[in-house]
Amino acid sequence: MSDTQLTRGARWFRALAGDTSTTTPAPVWSGDAPLDGEATRFITVVPDPQNRFVRATDNVVGLEQGWLLARAVRDVIAKDAHAQRRRPIVAIVDVKSQAYGYREEMLGVHLACAAAVDAYATARDAGHPVIALIVGPAMSGAFLAHGYQANRILALDAPGTLVHAMGKEAAARVTRRTVAELDKLGETIVPMSYSMTSFAKLGLLDELIDGIDADAPTDAHIDRVRSALARAVSEARGDTRGLARRLDNPAAQQNRAASIEVRRRLAEQWDAA
Amino acid sequence: MSTLASPAAPRLADSFIELPARERARALLDPGTFRELLGPFDRIESPWLPLQGIVCQADDGAVIARGTIDGQPAVVAALESAFQGGSIGEVSGSKIAAALELALRDCERGRIVRPVILFETGGVRLQEANLGLAVIAEMQAAIVALRRHVPVVGVIAGMVGCFGGMSLAAALTSHLVVTRQGRLGMNGPEVIEQEAGIEELDSSDRRRVWQLIGGEQRAATGLADSLVEDDAHAVRGAVAQAFAQGLASTPRSAQVETYLARLAEIDPQDVTPESMRAVFHGAPHSTRKEQS
Repeated sequence: MSDTQLTRGARWFRALAGDTSTTTPAPVWSGDAPLDGEATRFITVVPDPQNRFVRATDNVVGLEQGWLLARAVRDVIAKDAHAQRRRPIVAIVDVKSQAYGYREEMLGVHLACAAAVDAYATARDAGHPVIALIVGPAMSGAFLAHGYQANRILALDAPGTLVHAMGKEAAARVTRRTVAELDKLGETIVPMSYSMTSFAKLGLLDELIDGIDADAPTDAHIDRVRSALARAVSEARGDTRGLARRLDNPAAQQNRAASIEVRRRLAEQWDAA
Repeated sequence: MSTLASPAAPRLADSFIELPARERARALLDPGTFRELLGPFDRIESPWLPLQGIVCQADDGAVIARGTIDGQPAVVAALESAFQGGSIGEVSGSKIAAALELALRDCERGRIVRPVILFETGGVRLQEANLGLAVIAEMQAAIVALRRHVPVVGVIAGMVGCFGGMSLAAALTSHLVVTRQGRLGMNGPEVIEQEAGIEELDSSDRRRVWQLIGGEQRAATGLADSLVEDDAHAVRGAVAQAFAQGLASTPRSAQVETYLARLAEIDPQDVTPESMRAVFHGAPHSTRKEQS
Protein backbone atom coordinates (compact mmCIF):
# COMPACT_ATOMS: atom_id res chain seq x y z
CA MET A 1 0.00 0.00 0.00
CA SER A 2 1.64 3.22 -1.10
CA ASP A 3 1.39 6.21 1.15
CA THR A 4 -1.01 8.11 -1.06
CA GLN A 5 -3.47 5.22 -1.06
CA LEU A 6 -3.58 4.80 2.68
CA THR A 7 -7.03 4.73 4.20
CA ARG A 8 -7.67 7.06 7.10
CA GLY A 9 -7.42 4.22 9.58
CA ALA A 10 -4.09 3.07 8.19
CA ARG A 11 -2.74 6.62 8.03
CA TRP A 12 -3.62 7.42 11.62
CA PHE A 13 -2.36 4.07 12.84
CA ARG A 14 1.03 4.87 11.29
CA ALA A 15 0.94 8.41 12.62
CA LEU A 16 0.19 7.30 16.18
CA ALA A 17 1.72 3.85 16.46
CA GLY A 18 4.64 4.16 14.04
CA ASP A 19 5.60 1.68 11.35
CA THR A 20 3.69 -1.53 10.91
CA SER A 21 6.59 -4.01 10.95
CA THR A 22 5.75 -5.12 14.48
CA THR A 23 2.01 -5.19 14.07
CA THR A 24 -0.38 -7.90 13.00
CA PRO A 25 -1.13 -8.03 9.26
CA ALA A 26 -4.28 -6.85 7.45
CA PRO A 27 -7.20 -6.80 7.89
CA VAL A 28 -6.62 -5.86 11.55
CA TRP A 29 -3.53 -3.89 12.47
CA SER A 30 -2.71 -4.15 16.15
CA GLY A 31 0.45 -3.05 17.87
CA ASP A 32 1.87 -1.32 20.92
CA ALA A 33 3.47 2.10 20.95
CA PRO A 34 4.03 4.72 23.63
CA LEU A 35 1.41 7.37 24.31
CA ASP A 36 2.49 9.99 26.81
CA GLY A 37 5.28 7.62 27.86
CA GLU A 38 2.96 4.69 28.48
CA ALA A 39 2.75 1.54 26.33
CA THR A 40 -0.61 1.66 24.54
CA ARG A 41 -2.32 -0.80 22.23
CA PHE A 42 -3.48 0.72 18.93
CA ILE A 43 -5.95 -1.22 16.79
CA THR A 44 -7.49 -0.46 13.41
CA VAL A 45 -9.23 -2.21 10.51
CA VAL A 46 -7.53 -1.78 7.13
CA PRO A 47 -8.44 -2.97 3.62
CA ASP A 48 -7.28 -6.48 2.78
CA PRO A 49 -7.55 -6.92 -1.00
CA GLN A 50 -6.44 -10.55 -0.77
CA ASN A 51 -8.92 -11.56 1.93
CA ARG A 52 -10.43 -14.94 1.12
CA PHE A 53 -13.87 -13.58 1.97
CA VAL A 54 -14.50 -11.46 -1.11
CA ARG A 55 -17.21 -9.36 0.52
CA ALA A 56 -14.75 -8.25 3.21
CA THR A 57 -11.74 -6.88 1.32
CA ASP A 58 -12.45 -3.23 2.15
CA ASN A 59 -12.23 -1.52 5.54
CA VAL A 60 -15.37 -3.26 6.76
CA VAL A 61 -15.98 -5.58 9.70
CA GLY A 62 -16.55 -9.09 8.42
CA LEU A 63 -15.97 -12.54 9.87
CA GLU A 64 -12.18 -12.39 10.16
CA GLN A 65 -12.13 -8.73 11.15
CA GLY A 66 -14.56 -9.30 14.02
CA TRP A 67 -12.71 -12.27 15.47
CA LEU A 68 -9.28 -10.67 14.90
CA LEU A 69 -10.37 -7.49 16.68
CA ALA A 70 -11.42 -9.71 19.58
CA ARG A 71 -8.04 -11.47 19.51
CA ALA A 72 -6.13 -8.16 19.49
CA VAL A 73 -8.05 -6.88 22.50
CA ARG A 74 -7.95 -10.15 24.43
CA ASP A 75 -4.21 -10.33 23.85
CA VAL A 76 -3.87 -7.10 25.84
CA ILE A 77 -6.19 -8.32 28.58
CA ALA A 78 -4.14 -11.52 28.94
CA LYS A 79 -0.80 -9.69 28.95
CA ASP A 80 -1.94 -7.33 31.71
CA ALA A 81 -3.93 -9.88 33.71
CA HIS A 82 -1.56 -9.52 36.66
CA ALA A 83 -0.41 -5.97 36.04
CA GLN A 84 -1.16 -3.23 38.54
CA ARG A 85 -1.83 -0.79 35.75
CA ARG A 86 -3.76 -1.95 32.68
CA ARG A 87 -2.50 -0.51 29.42
CA PRO A 88 -4.74 1.79 27.39
CA ILE A 89 -6.37 0.59 24.19
CA VAL A 90 -7.00 3.03 21.33
CA ALA A 91 -9.46 1.89 18.66
CA ILE A 92 -8.80 3.92 15.52
CA VAL A 93 -12.19 3.91 13.83
CA ASP A 94 -12.53 4.00 10.04
CA VAL A 95 -15.12 1.36 9.18
CA LYS A 96 -17.58 1.76 6.32
CA SER A 97 -19.96 -1.00 7.38
CA GLN A 98 -20.22 -4.58 8.44
CA ALA A 99 -19.60 -7.03 5.60
CA TYR A 100 -22.75 -7.84 3.63
CA GLY A 101 -22.68 -11.32 2.13
CA TYR A 102 -24.23 -14.76 1.92
CA ARG A 103 -21.20 -16.47 3.46
CA GLU A 104 -20.95 -13.81 6.13
CA GLU A 105 -24.48 -14.53 7.33
CA MET A 106 -23.98 -18.28 7.05
CA LEU A 107 -20.82 -18.29 9.15
CA GLY A 108 -22.12 -15.90 11.77
CA VAL A 109 -20.85 -12.37 11.11
CA HIS A 110 -23.19 -11.33 13.93
CA LEU A 111 -21.19 -13.51 16.32
CA ALA A 112 -17.85 -12.28 14.95
CA CYS A 113 -18.93 -8.68 15.59
CA ALA A 114 -20.29 -9.67 19.01
CA ALA A 115 -16.90 -11.20 19.84
CA ALA A 116 -15.29 -7.81 19.29
CA VAL A 117 -17.97 -6.09 21.40
CA ASP A 118 -17.39 -8.67 24.12
CA ALA A 119 -13.61 -8.18 24.08
CA TYR A 120 -13.74 -4.38 24.25
CA ALA A 121 -16.39 -4.40 27.01
CA THR A 122 -14.39 -6.99 28.95
CA ALA A 123 -11.23 -4.88 28.62
CA ARG A 124 -13.05 -1.78 29.85
CA ASP A 125 -14.51 -3.69 32.79
CA ALA A 126 -11.03 -5.04 33.60
CA GLY A 127 -9.73 -1.48 33.96
CA HIS A 128 -8.11 -0.86 30.58
CA PRO A 129 -8.87 2.70 29.49
CA VAL A 130 -10.52 2.15 26.09
CA ILE A 131 -10.58 5.14 23.75
CA ALA A 132 -12.26 5.31 20.35
CA LEU A 133 -10.74 7.78 17.89
CA ILE A 134 -13.05 8.32 14.92
CA VAL A 135 -11.04 9.33 11.85
CA GLY A 136 -13.46 8.17 9.12
CA PRO A 137 -16.90 6.58 8.96
CA ALA A 138 -18.09 4.79 12.10
CA MET A 139 -21.01 2.92 10.66
CA SER A 140 -23.65 0.88 12.38
CA GLY A 141 -22.71 -2.67 13.33
CA ALA A 142 -19.08 -2.04 12.45
CA PHE A 143 -18.91 0.78 15.02
CA LEU A 144 -20.67 -1.40 17.61
CA ALA A 145 -17.86 -3.93 17.07
CA HIS A 146 -15.01 -1.45 16.96
CA GLY A 147 -15.31 1.61 19.16
CA TYR A 148 -18.75 1.88 20.74
CA GLN A 149 -17.75 0.06 23.95
CA ALA A 150 -15.08 2.67 24.72
CA ASN A 151 -14.83 4.72 27.92
CA ARG A 152 -14.26 7.80 25.77
CA ILE A 153 -15.15 8.62 22.17
CA LEU A 154 -13.12 11.26 20.31
CA ALA A 155 -13.52 12.31 16.70
CA LEU A 156 -11.71 14.45 14.18
CA ASP A 157 -13.90 17.33 13.02
CA ALA A 158 -13.09 16.67 9.36
CA PRO A 159 -15.00 15.80 6.19
CA GLY A 160 -15.71 12.08 6.11
CA THR A 161 -16.02 11.42 9.83
CA LEU A 162 -19.51 10.32 10.81
CA VAL A 163 -21.47 8.00 13.04
CA HIS A 164 -24.67 6.46 11.79
CA ALA A 165 -26.92 3.42 11.85
CA MET A 166 -27.31 3.15 8.10
CA GLY A 167 -25.79 4.71 4.99
CA LYS A 168 -27.75 7.67 3.65
CA GLU A 169 -28.95 6.08 0.41
CA ALA A 170 -30.08 2.89 2.11
CA ALA A 171 -31.76 4.80 4.94
CA ALA A 172 -33.63 6.94 2.42
CA ARG A 173 -34.85 3.82 0.64
CA VAL A 174 -35.98 2.05 3.80
CA THR A 175 -37.77 5.08 5.26
CA ARG A 176 -39.23 5.97 1.82
CA ARG A 177 -37.66 9.41 1.71
CA THR A 178 -35.26 11.17 -0.60
CA VAL A 179 -31.70 11.88 0.50
CA ALA A 180 -32.57 15.60 0.50
CA GLU A 181 -35.55 14.96 2.79
CA LEU A 182 -33.32 12.91 5.06
CA ASP A 183 -30.80 15.76 5.30
CA LYS A 184 -33.61 18.18 6.11
CA LEU A 185 -34.94 15.89 8.84
CA GLY A 186 -31.45 15.65 10.31
CA GLU A 187 -31.47 19.38 10.90
CA THR A 188 -34.37 19.13 13.33
CA ILE A 189 -34.17 15.53 14.53
CA VAL A 190 -30.78 15.28 16.16
CA PRO A 191 -30.35 11.48 16.20
CA MET A 192 -31.06 11.27 12.47
CA SER A 193 -28.36 13.70 11.46
CA TYR A 194 -25.18 12.52 9.75
CA SER A 195 -23.08 15.38 11.10
CA MET A 196 -20.51 14.90 13.83
CA THR A 197 -21.65 18.06 15.64
CA SER A 198 -25.15 16.57 15.93
CA PHE A 199 -23.69 13.35 17.27
CA ALA A 200 -21.90 15.43 19.90
CA LYS A 201 -25.27 16.91 20.95
CA LEU A 202 -26.36 13.44 22.09
CA GLY A 203 -23.74 13.46 24.84
CA LEU A 204 -21.94 10.52 23.29
CA LEU A 205 -18.86 12.35 22.04
CA ASP A 206 -16.21 13.42 24.52
CA GLU A 207 -14.18 15.61 22.20
CA LEU A 208 -14.49 16.86 18.66
CA ILE A 209 -10.94 17.74 17.64
CA ASP A 210 -11.06 20.56 15.12
CA GLY A 211 -8.48 22.00 12.76
CA ILE A 212 -6.93 18.65 11.82
CA ASP A 213 -6.21 17.60 8.24
CA ALA A 214 -7.45 14.02 8.47
CA ASP A 215 -5.81 12.95 5.19
CA ALA A 216 -2.46 14.74 5.48
CA PRO A 217 -1.88 15.60 9.12
CA THR A 218 1.14 17.73 10.03
CA ASP A 219 3.33 16.84 13.00
CA ALA A 220 1.54 19.53 14.98
CA HIS A 221 -1.83 17.96 14.12
CA ILE A 222 -0.61 14.55 15.24
CA ASP A 223 0.71 16.02 18.48
CA ARG A 224 -2.66 17.58 19.22
CA VAL A 225 -4.44 14.28 18.65
CA ARG A 226 -1.90 12.52 20.89
CA SER A 227 -2.54 15.05 23.65
CA ALA A 228 -6.28 14.56 23.35
CA LEU A 229 -5.84 10.78 23.55
CA ALA A 230 -3.53 11.03 26.55
CA ARG A 231 -6.02 13.30 28.32
CA ALA A 232 -8.85 10.87 27.59
CA VAL A 233 -6.81 7.94 28.91
CA SER A 234 -5.98 9.78 32.08
CA GLU A 235 -9.61 10.76 32.68
CA ALA A 236 -10.88 7.28 31.87
CA ARG A 237 -8.71 5.81 34.62
CA GLY A 238 -11.03 7.50 37.09
CA ASP A 239 -14.24 6.15 35.53
CA THR A 240 -16.70 4.02 37.40
CA ARG A 241 -17.49 0.83 35.52
CA GLY A 242 -20.02 0.74 32.70
CA LEU A 243 -21.20 3.43 30.31
CA ALA A 244 -23.36 5.46 32.72
CA ARG A 245 -21.35 8.61 32.16
CA ARG A 246 -22.75 8.85 28.64
CA LEU A 247 -25.99 10.02 30.28
CA ASP A 248 -24.35 12.15 32.93
CA ASN A 249 -23.62 15.32 30.97
CA PRO A 250 -25.51 18.47 29.88
CA ALA A 251 -25.86 17.38 26.23
CA ALA A 252 -27.48 14.09 27.24
CA GLN A 253 -29.77 15.90 29.68
CA GLN A 254 -31.03 17.93 26.76
CA ASN A 255 -31.22 15.39 23.94
CA ARG A 256 -31.44 12.08 25.79
CA ALA A 257 -33.97 13.12 28.39
CA ALA A 258 -36.07 10.04 27.60
CA SER A 259 -33.11 7.69 28.20
CA ILE A 260 -32.61 9.28 31.61
CA GLU A 261 -36.32 9.31 32.46
CA VAL A 262 -36.72 5.63 31.56
CA ARG A 263 -33.88 4.69 33.90
CA ARG A 264 -35.15 6.85 36.74
CA ARG A 265 -38.69 5.53 36.62
CA LEU A 266 -37.76 1.91 36.01
CA ALA A 267 -35.54 2.06 39.11
CA GLU A 268 -38.52 3.40 41.12
CA GLN A 269 -40.68 0.50 40.04
CA TRP A 270 -38.02 -2.20 40.15
CA ASP A 271 -38.85 -3.56 43.58
CA ALA A 272 -42.50 -4.25 44.34
CA ALA A 273 -44.04 -1.75 46.76
CA MET B 1 -62.94 -27.46 15.12
CA SER B 2 -63.65 -26.81 11.49
CA THR B 3 -63.29 -29.46 8.87
CA LEU B 4 -60.25 -27.59 7.57
CA ALA B 5 -58.13 -28.72 10.49
CA SER B 6 -55.69 -31.46 9.60
CA PRO B 7 -53.86 -33.67 12.10
CA ALA B 8 -50.66 -31.68 11.42
CA ALA B 9 -52.24 -28.30 12.15
CA PRO B 10 -50.41 -26.36 14.85
CA ARG B 11 -52.02 -26.31 18.28
CA LEU B 12 -52.80 -22.60 18.28
CA ALA B 13 -53.80 -22.65 21.93
CA ASP B 14 -50.18 -23.33 22.89
CA SER B 15 -48.41 -21.34 20.21
CA PHE B 16 -45.76 -18.98 21.58
CA ILE B 17 -45.33 -17.14 18.29
CA GLU B 18 -48.98 -16.15 18.24
CA LEU B 19 -48.62 -14.35 21.57
CA PRO B 20 -47.97 -10.60 21.72
CA ALA B 21 -44.91 -9.48 23.69
CA ARG B 22 -46.78 -8.94 26.95
CA GLU B 23 -48.26 -12.44 26.90
CA ARG B 24 -44.95 -13.97 25.91
CA ALA B 25 -43.35 -12.40 28.98
CA ARG B 26 -46.22 -13.64 31.13
CA ALA B 27 -45.88 -17.16 29.71
CA LEU B 28 -42.23 -17.38 30.79
CA LEU B 29 -42.79 -16.28 34.38
CA ASP B 30 -44.21 -18.46 37.15
CA PRO B 31 -48.03 -18.24 37.15
CA GLY B 32 -49.35 -15.22 38.99
CA THR B 33 -45.97 -13.50 39.38
CA PHE B 34 -46.02 -11.23 36.29
CA ARG B 35 -45.64 -7.56 37.20
CA GLU B 36 -45.09 -5.06 34.39
CA LEU B 37 -42.72 -2.12 34.82
CA LEU B 38 -43.13 1.09 32.83
CA GLY B 39 -46.32 -0.26 31.31
CA PRO B 40 -48.64 1.50 28.86
CA PHE B 41 -50.19 3.60 31.65
CA ASP B 42 -46.82 5.15 32.43
CA ARG B 43 -46.92 6.47 28.89
CA ILE B 44 -43.23 6.92 28.22
CA GLU B 45 -43.32 7.25 24.46
CA SER B 46 -40.80 7.99 21.78
CA PRO B 47 -40.01 11.73 21.70
CA TRP B 48 -38.84 11.40 18.09
CA LEU B 49 -41.65 9.65 16.20
CA PRO B 50 -44.29 12.43 16.57
CA LEU B 51 -41.84 14.89 15.01
CA GLN B 52 -41.97 12.68 11.92
CA GLY B 53 -45.73 12.22 11.87
CA ILE B 54 -45.60 8.65 13.17
CA VAL B 55 -48.09 7.51 15.81
CA CYS B 56 -46.50 6.40 19.08
CA GLN B 57 -47.33 3.41 21.20
CA ALA B 58 -47.67 3.87 24.95
CA ASP B 59 -45.06 1.20 25.74
CA ASP B 60 -42.86 2.00 22.70
CA GLY B 61 -42.99 -1.66 21.77
CA ALA B 62 -41.00 -3.02 24.71
CA VAL B 63 -42.48 -4.87 27.68
CA ILE B 64 -40.46 -5.18 30.89
CA ALA B 65 -41.83 -7.60 33.46
CA ARG B 66 -40.62 -8.82 36.82
CA GLY B 67 -41.65 -12.08 38.40
CA THR B 68 -40.06 -15.40 39.18
CA ILE B 69 -38.74 -18.31 37.10
CA ASP B 70 -38.69 -21.57 39.08
CA GLY B 71 -39.20 -19.45 42.16
CA GLN B 72 -36.14 -17.26 41.54
CA PRO B 73 -36.39 -13.49 40.93
CA ALA B 74 -36.39 -12.71 37.23
CA VAL B 75 -36.86 -9.94 34.71
CA VAL B 76 -38.14 -10.47 31.17
CA ALA B 77 -37.69 -7.91 28.39
CA ALA B 78 -39.90 -8.61 25.38
CA LEU B 79 -40.00 -6.75 22.08
CA GLU B 80 -43.33 -6.33 20.31
CA SER B 81 -42.94 -6.96 16.59
CA ALA B 82 -46.37 -5.47 15.86
CA PHE B 83 -45.03 -1.99 16.65
CA GLN B 84 -42.45 -0.72 14.16
CA GLY B 85 -41.17 -4.25 13.58
CA GLY B 86 -39.77 -4.50 17.10
CA SER B 87 -37.24 -1.84 16.17
CA ILE B 88 -35.04 -0.27 18.82
CA GLY B 89 -35.77 3.35 19.57
CA GLU B 90 -34.46 5.49 22.39
CA VAL B 91 -37.25 4.47 24.77
CA SER B 92 -37.73 0.79 23.89
CA GLY B 93 -33.97 0.23 23.90
CA SER B 94 -33.43 2.18 27.11
CA LYS B 95 -36.13 0.12 28.84
CA ILE B 96 -34.19 -3.06 28.06
CA ALA B 97 -30.79 -1.53 28.90
CA ALA B 98 -32.13 -0.12 32.17
CA ALA B 99 -33.69 -3.46 33.15
CA LEU B 100 -30.38 -5.22 32.54
CA GLU B 101 -28.46 -2.52 34.44
CA LEU B 102 -30.79 -2.90 37.45
CA ALA B 103 -30.45 -6.69 37.30
CA LEU B 104 -26.67 -6.17 37.30
CA ARG B 105 -26.88 -3.86 40.30
CA ASP B 106 -28.87 -6.46 42.21
CA CYS B 107 -26.50 -9.27 41.21
CA GLU B 108 -23.53 -7.22 42.39
CA ARG B 109 -25.29 -6.86 45.74
CA GLY B 110 -25.67 -10.62 45.93
CA ARG B 111 -29.32 -10.72 44.88
CA ILE B 112 -29.38 -12.76 41.71
CA VAL B 113 -31.98 -11.74 39.13
CA ARG B 114 -32.54 -14.02 36.14
CA PRO B 115 -32.62 -11.95 32.91
CA VAL B 116 -34.46 -13.08 29.77
CA ILE B 117 -34.59 -11.10 26.51
CA LEU B 118 -37.21 -11.92 23.88
CA PHE B 119 -35.68 -10.75 20.61
CA GLU B 120 -38.17 -9.92 17.88
CA THR B 121 -36.55 -7.07 16.05
CA GLY B 122 -35.13 -5.76 12.82
CA GLY B 123 -32.56 -3.74 14.80
CA VAL B 124 -32.21 0.03 15.02
CA ARG B 125 -35.36 2.10 14.44
CA LEU B 126 -34.15 4.28 11.60
CA GLN B 127 -36.32 7.23 12.66
CA GLU B 128 -34.21 7.38 15.84
CA ALA B 129 -31.05 6.17 14.15
CA ASN B 130 -28.09 7.19 16.29
CA LEU B 131 -29.94 6.86 19.57
CA GLY B 132 -31.08 3.36 18.64
CA LEU B 133 -27.47 2.42 17.96
CA ALA B 134 -26.30 4.06 21.19
CA VAL B 135 -28.79 2.19 23.40
CA ILE B 136 -27.88 -1.10 21.72
CA ALA B 137 -24.25 -0.47 22.73
CA GLU B 138 -25.45 0.19 26.30
CA MET B 139 -27.52 -3.00 26.28
CA GLN B 140 -24.50 -4.96 25.07
CA ALA B 141 -22.29 -3.51 27.82
CA ALA B 142 -24.87 -4.63 30.39
CA ILE B 143 -25.16 -8.16 28.95
CA VAL B 144 -21.39 -8.70 29.06
CA ALA B 145 -21.20 -7.48 32.68
CA LEU B 146 -24.31 -9.37 33.82
CA ARG B 147 -23.24 -12.63 32.21
CA ARG B 148 -20.49 -13.00 34.83
CA HIS B 149 -23.11 -13.31 37.58
CA VAL B 150 -26.01 -15.16 36.02
CA PRO B 151 -26.83 -16.67 32.63
CA VAL B 152 -28.44 -14.13 30.32
CA VAL B 153 -31.01 -16.07 28.29
CA GLY B 154 -32.23 -14.96 24.88
CA VAL B 155 -35.22 -16.25 22.92
CA ILE B 156 -35.79 -15.83 19.18
CA ALA B 157 -39.24 -17.25 18.55
CA GLY B 158 -40.26 -15.58 15.27
CA MET B 159 -41.74 -14.47 13.04
CA VAL B 160 -39.73 -11.26 12.65
CA GLY B 161 -36.47 -12.77 13.88
CA CYS B 162 -33.46 -10.89 15.18
CA PHE B 163 -31.31 -8.65 12.99
CA GLY B 164 -28.95 -5.68 12.94
CA GLY B 165 -27.22 -4.57 16.10
CA MET B 166 -29.60 -6.71 18.12
CA SER B 167 -28.20 -9.86 16.51
CA LEU B 168 -24.94 -8.97 18.25
CA ALA B 169 -26.81 -8.63 21.54
CA ALA B 170 -28.34 -12.07 20.95
CA ALA B 171 -24.88 -13.47 20.24
CA LEU B 172 -23.65 -12.09 23.58
CA THR B 173 -26.25 -13.99 25.62
CA SER B 174 -25.19 -17.05 27.61
CA HIS B 175 -27.87 -19.23 26.12
CA LEU B 176 -30.02 -18.74 23.05
CA VAL B 177 -33.35 -20.51 22.59
CA VAL B 178 -34.76 -20.59 19.05
CA THR B 179 -37.70 -22.06 17.18
CA ARG B 180 -37.65 -23.18 13.55
CA GLN B 181 -39.60 -20.02 12.79
CA GLY B 182 -36.96 -17.78 14.39
CA ARG B 183 -34.26 -16.27 12.20
CA LEU B 184 -30.95 -14.82 13.35
CA GLY B 185 -28.67 -12.74 11.14
CA MET B 186 -26.83 -9.45 11.12
CA ASN B 187 -28.06 -8.25 7.75
CA GLY B 188 -31.52 -9.19 6.63
CA PRO B 189 -31.85 -11.00 3.27
CA GLU B 190 -33.28 -7.90 1.59
CA VAL B 191 -30.34 -5.81 2.79
CA ILE B 192 -27.84 -8.33 1.41
CA GLU B 193 -29.61 -8.45 -1.92
CA GLN B 194 -29.63 -4.65 -2.00
CA GLU B 195 -25.97 -4.23 -1.02
CA ALA B 196 -24.39 -7.21 -2.73
CA GLY B 197 -26.71 -8.02 -5.61
CA ILE B 198 -29.22 -10.73 -6.37
CA GLU B 199 -26.40 -13.14 -7.40
CA GLU B 200 -25.22 -13.01 -3.79
CA LEU B 201 -28.64 -13.75 -2.33
CA ASP B 202 -32.12 -13.75 -3.82
CA SER B 203 -34.17 -12.62 -0.83
CA SER B 204 -37.35 -13.97 -2.38
CA ASP B 205 -35.90 -17.51 -2.29
CA ARG B 206 -37.46 -18.31 1.06
CA ARG B 207 -36.14 -21.85 1.26
CA ARG B 208 -32.57 -20.65 0.76
CA VAL B 209 -33.04 -17.94 3.39
CA TRP B 210 -34.40 -20.38 6.00
CA GLN B 211 -31.55 -22.80 5.34
CA LEU B 212 -29.14 -19.92 5.84
CA ILE B 213 -30.35 -18.17 9.00
CA GLY B 214 -33.31 -20.20 10.30
CA GLY B 215 -33.43 -21.46 13.87
CA GLU B 216 -32.83 -25.08 12.94
CA GLN B 217 -29.59 -24.24 11.10
CA ARG B 218 -28.44 -21.91 13.88
CA ALA B 219 -28.95 -24.64 16.49
CA ALA B 220 -27.30 -27.30 14.30
CA THR B 221 -24.21 -25.12 13.92
CA GLY B 222 -23.92 -24.11 17.58
CA LEU B 223 -24.88 -20.48 16.95
CA ALA B 224 -27.97 -21.14 19.09
CA ASP B 225 -28.27 -23.55 22.00
CA SER B 226 -31.80 -24.94 22.21
CA LEU B 227 -34.18 -25.63 19.35
CA VAL B 228 -37.77 -25.86 20.56
CA GLU B 229 -41.21 -26.23 19.01
CA ASP B 230 -43.51 -23.24 18.76
CA ASP B 231 -45.09 -24.08 22.09
CA ALA B 232 -45.28 -21.85 25.15
CA HIS B 233 -44.49 -24.74 27.50
CA ALA B 234 -41.49 -25.80 25.43
CA VAL B 235 -40.05 -22.28 25.34
CA ARG B 236 -40.64 -21.87 29.04
CA GLY B 237 -39.02 -25.24 29.76
CA ALA B 238 -35.93 -24.38 27.67
CA VAL B 239 -35.52 -21.03 29.44
CA ALA B 240 -35.85 -22.61 32.88
CA GLN B 241 -33.39 -25.34 31.88
CA ALA B 242 -30.86 -22.74 30.74
CA PHE B 243 -30.92 -21.13 34.18
CA ALA B 244 -30.78 -24.51 35.91
CA GLN B 245 -27.58 -25.30 33.98
CA GLY B 246 -25.88 -22.29 35.51
CA LEU B 247 -23.03 -20.23 34.13
CA ALA B 248 -21.31 -21.26 30.92
CA SER B 249 -17.61 -21.91 31.26
CA THR B 250 -16.78 -19.66 28.32
CA PRO B 251 -19.49 -17.71 26.51
CA ARG B 252 -19.64 -18.31 22.78
CA SER B 253 -18.59 -14.74 21.94
CA ALA B 254 -15.41 -15.17 24.02
CA GLN B 255 -14.27 -18.37 22.26
CA VAL B 256 -11.99 -16.45 19.93
CA GLU B 257 -9.42 -19.11 19.08
CA THR B 258 -12.04 -21.84 18.63
CA TYR B 259 -13.96 -19.79 16.08
CA LEU B 260 -10.87 -18.49 14.27
CA ALA B 261 -9.76 -22.11 13.88
CA ARG B 262 -13.18 -23.07 12.55
CA LEU B 263 -13.15 -20.21 10.05
CA ALA B 264 -9.70 -21.29 8.89
CA GLU B 265 -11.10 -24.74 8.12
CA ILE B 266 -13.80 -23.26 5.89
CA ASP B 267 -13.29 -22.81 2.17
CA PRO B 268 -15.37 -19.74 1.32
CA GLN B 269 -15.55 -20.83 -2.32
CA ASP B 270 -17.77 -23.82 -1.81
CA VAL B 271 -19.10 -23.73 1.75
CA THR B 272 -22.83 -24.42 2.11
CA PRO B 273 -25.15 -24.33 5.12
CA GLU B 274 -25.01 -28.13 5.02
CA SER B 275 -21.24 -28.50 4.71
CA MET B 276 -20.51 -25.93 7.41
CA ARG B 277 -22.17 -28.22 9.94
CA ALA B 278 -19.12 -30.49 9.84
CA VAL B 279 -16.98 -27.64 11.19
CA PHE B 280 -19.43 -25.57 13.21
CA HIS B 281 -21.25 -27.68 15.71
CA GLY B 282 -22.73 -27.30 19.14
CA ALA B 283 -19.70 -28.72 20.94
CA PRO B 284 -18.85 -25.95 23.42
CA HIS B 285 -22.38 -25.72 24.68
CA SER B 286 -23.47 -29.33 24.38
CA THR B 287 -20.46 -30.53 26.37
CA ARG B 288 -21.50 -28.15 29.10
CA LYS B 289 -24.89 -29.75 29.02
CA GLU B 290 -23.36 -33.18 29.34
CA GLN B 291 -21.33 -32.10 32.34
CA SER B 292 -24.26 -30.76 34.30
